[in-house]
Amino acid sequence: MNYNVEVKTSLKKGMLNPEASTIEKALALLNFEVKDTNTINIIQFTLNAENKDDAYAQVDEMCQKLLCNPVIHDYEINISEE
Amino acid sequence: MTDVSDVNVGIIRFPGTNCDRDIEYAVNLVGANANYIYWNETDLSKMDVVIIPGGFSYGDYLRAGSIAGITPIINSIKEFANDNNPVLGICNGAQILGEIDLVPGVFIENENAKFICESKKLKINTTRTPFTKLYKKGEVIDLPIAHKEGRYYTENLEELYDDDQIVLTFEDGNPNGSLDAITGVCNKEGNVVAVMPHPERAVEELLRSKDGLKFFESFLD
Repeated sequence: MNYNVEVKTSLKKGMLNPEASTIEKALALLNFEVKDTNTINIIQFTLNAENKDDAYAQVDEMCQKLLCNPVIHDYEINISEE
Repeated sequence: MTDVSDVNVGIIRFPGTNCDRDIEYAVNLVGANANYIYWNETDLSKMDVVIIPGGFSYGDYLRAGSIAGITPIINSIKEFANDNNPVLGICNGAQILGEIDLVPGVFIENENAKFICESKKLKINTTRTPFTKLYKKGEVIDLPIAHKEGRYYTENLEELYDDDQIVLTFEDGNPNGSLDAITGVCNKEGNVVAVMPHPERAVEELLRSKDGLKFFESFLD
């Protein structure tokens, strides 16, 4: 079975995010007052797996080994059937 | 100690490494042998020292140093380090050592999100490593920095103080927002050292400073 996978990675809550604060300041230059700006990376791919649990386990391992650095990142995995 | 010309230094090359030849120059300057070793090799058996140069390995995709951290040479570097051999990571090399947990913490995007390229005054905090033993503890040296992801971060700051794992700190200010102005750390044993500043770019007067030369002379001592 093929699954569509989406992994969202973001800096842990409370960690300084220079990209987000730069965007927030730039929006202010355009007179848009916003707050709580955050940036999230999304990685998408198709994965062949036995079932959804197997797919999830594989993607979780990918996050631990490469896609995230557990010292600084949180991640969210979304899996749907193709 | 053996003749310095018998000392083999392995300089690791990943796609995107770009400070390799500067390190070769510095290694030659102190009289040791420079050997290039590629990301897909695994043999470090003839090496006495390993240096991971700076650059932009794998385009800094995902995170600086993350993709280099899963290449075949990395397992050999881990074994080499676990046998208490000297390993030095400079700039992107330091980011890689953080990613593969050979040193505590990580180097992430600078506080001001800018690429900073300038000379900085730095304090030598420990001389117990194979790359800093010819310096004096507390000595202030002048080395260039050149990075956008150099902000040091760790969840275990106290351990670094308790175990004498802080190698370099910024002496005037804190240009990238690093925790406690730390810009160089080592593992508990002290044989693996990760520094963001570039000692290989300060090895002769022509380069404005030769304060980095002792990084290379130290491992021959």
